[in-house]
Amino acid sequence: MDSIAGKKPALIWAVHISTALLVLLWVLPTLGLLVSSFRTSDQITSSGWWQALSTQESQLPAIRIEGAETESDGLFVIKGNLFETLGGNVSHWGTSSKAPEAYAAGDTADLGDGRSLTVTADGGYALTSSASMADLRLPRVFLTASTPPEFTTENFQNVIASPLAGQSIGQAFLNTLTVAIPATIIPILIAAFAAYALAWMEFPGRPLLIAAIMALLVVPLQLALIPLLQLHNTLGIGKSYLGIWLAHTGFGLPMAIYLLRNYMAGLPREVIESARVDGATDFQIFRRIVLPLSFPALASFAIFQFLWTWNDLLVALVFLGTGNDQQVLTGNLVNLMGSRGGDWEILAASAFVSIAVPLIVFFGMQKYLVRGLLAGSVK
Amino acid sequence: MEQAFQALVVIVLGVGGCIGYFYLSNLLLDRVLCPARGPNMGRNINRASMIRPWLFLFPAIFALGLYLAYPVVATAWMSLQKDGEFVGLQNYSQMVSEPKFWESMQNNILWLIVVPALSTAFGLLAAQLTDRIRWGNIAKSLIFMPMAISFVGASVIWKLIYDTRPVDQAQIGLLNALWLKFEGGFGSTIGLRVIPALLVAVLILAFAYAAWSIARPLLKAGVKPRPVAMIGRLLGVAILLALIWEIVGWLTGVLSNDLPYGQPQTWLSMPYWNSYFLMIVLVWIQTGFAMVILSAALRGVPEETIEAAILDGANPFQIFFRIKVPQIMPTVVVVWTTITITVLKVFDIVLAMTNGQWETQVLANYMYDKLFRSLDWGVGSASAMVIMAMVTPILVWNVISARREMR
Repeated sequence: MDSIAGKKPALIWAVHISTALLVLLWVLPTLGLLVSSFRTSDQITSSGWWQALSTQESQLPAIRIEGAETESDGLFVIKGNLFETLGGNVSHWGTSSKAPEAYAAGDTADLGDGRSLTVTADGGYALTSSASMADLRLPRVFLTASTPPEFTTENFQNVIASPLAGQSIGQAFLNTLTVAIPATIIPILIAAFAAYALAWMEFPGRPLLIAAIMALLVVPLQLALIPLLQLHNTLGIGKSYLGIWLAHTGFGLPMAIYLLRNYMAGLPREVIESARVDGATDFQIFRRIVLPLSFPALASFAIFQFLWTWNDLLVALVFLGTGNDQQVLTGNLVNLMGSRGGDWEILAASAFVSIAVPLIVFFGMQKYLVRGLLAGSVK
Repeated sequence: MEQAFQALVVIVLGVGGCIGYFYLSNLLLDRVLCPARGPNMGRNINRASMIRPWLFLFPAIFALGLYLAYPVVATAWMSLQKDGEFVGLQNYSQMVSEPKFWESMQNNILWLIVVPALSTAFGLLAAQLTDRIRWGNIAKSLIFMPMAISFVGASVIWKLIYDTRPVDQAQIGLLNALWLKFEGGFGSTIGLRVIPALLVAVLILAFAYAAWSIARPLLKAGVKPRPVAMIGRLLGVAILLALIWEIVGWLTGVLSNDLPYGQPQTWLSMPYWNSYFLMIVLVWIQTGFAMVILSAALRGVPEETIEAAILDGANPFQIFFRIKVPQIMPTVVVVWTTITITVLKVFDIVLAMTNGQWETQVLANYMYDKLFRSLDWGVGSASAMVIMAMVTPILVWNVISARREMR
């Protein structure tokens, strides 16, 4: 295929550029939230995230001058710097909210009563007065300054440590883990045995069973909500972890059996038959030969099921409670969107806590994920 | 801590229980029920091998039956009941009398056409582009990444893009920041009228061409196509004509509408278009899936067919549309139906972004509203049955193709 494009450099360039555009389009949304999660709420509301790396000219919140005065030659002076930690560059300043850009950097403003204030470009100020200012209310300064880019991890600390909207993200993270891990492991075992039977055992009704599993593969789980909730209530399970584990197991099984059967049916027949001739029982064949050989398929289903249970919202809403000890990350995030919809620093950090684990799993195990997808779709 | 312990116990119990069940039941079968020795050895072995598959299958069949098959029947039955009494089709008639239901249906149909189409198209484009360059694998992995992000997480991500702030404040949503760059001058005319109009016109032509090439075999006299294929083709033509009808409206709109330049827009409460803004989120998630599968299919296209086409003087576009795409058509269909199923179940995105306000309701969220907010289980079950009815064609097709494969 290279040969076609290789002859036409213009076309190859077009391919490079369109791919780059496409990738940019796909990455930009996530990048936006990621950048926002490292900015303070002031920064987020005063400029778009795409400006985070450039120096910003913006109006800062008012700062009240404070400090001890020194006396020299009958003049009382308070000196200091308006930028406490981060640097900046003052372009304009003022002393009232009505005219926050009244003076340029370096100008001296007459405040009346023999007092005057000078603010220089680097944020240094000098307030001079002919009388002592010890008992006076000192003036406020409004700065229009360009501040260098600054990032903070405070949002993450806040979100993980302190409870928001009644629930802490750290606890929700644990809850989600509690849901996802058993709900990933248990269906694999059940499905592996069933898949082996469907792939390598002869019995009447096998085609019918396979057809039934293909049918169940597309049944929307919406249909299962109410009857199963009723069932759980009757059994006394109610809204609990046990209930959601069982539900995820049931919902994941068709996909698991389908994937594993497809893979197991493709294993070499000779291996299994020679084991049979040697007198191995089905249980031994399954445990010693089929299960180890099917590892790639088991891994890819495990990734699917883990991503699906971690990211699920609907099943958790229905089968788990909303208390602090049961709320999962997705549910928590939906609540935050409702109650703290404008606080992007909280939303962004919470969202990243919830998507971090799937992203790590995704990038770490992409090979198996792709293999599983292909096994499920391409014949 | 307590719940981590509980989870651990459940893992150990579940795994141990499964293994114990399979091991002990096999042991029981081989040693006690049908021992492979004694006078009835032959009969016992046969019997054991008849029973064993069911030992392997029992837990799966039990779980599938209880958690998927039974609920379908139970929901169907519940949709005919109200407060525990049998009321026939009353729930259904109540449902179809609600305007919100028809809004959901209309939106769902739109979702069903737009999302699979766009995801497959973008996926095909990405697959074709990334297969030809050296850094293609990195590009693929980045486009595939949204697949790992939850629908709720994706909603937060896109809500920031659609964010709106008052006119005198800095816009922090990317879309509004872009929109405010247009001020109604010459650039705006080009960017917001001429180019979109051209794109829409190209789209209309493409749809018309596709409809024509689907319909062509039907119009040919003498050849009798199979009834299934004929229905499929007619359906395809109908969908394409409906799309053309929809889009011709856009064309006139793009050229004549007054655009409110300089006003930040609240994208998610803009009727009609807000549904599209929600669909984009799902397209963003699903494109990677389509790309991965279509890319594998494209690589499976026999090299000889392409070489032959090159020798015959075909250009790259002809090779793609005339040689490659027809050969991967079965995979395209699989991708399309898989995304269709996902779309039918879409719930989280609508719940998180608009909760069905501003005419964005879809069936799955409508059902959730009925079941858990209005606590009207009858109508809720009825709408669940509507979703079931919509997946039934795919279900039947799945079963038929499974049977064909078995033979």
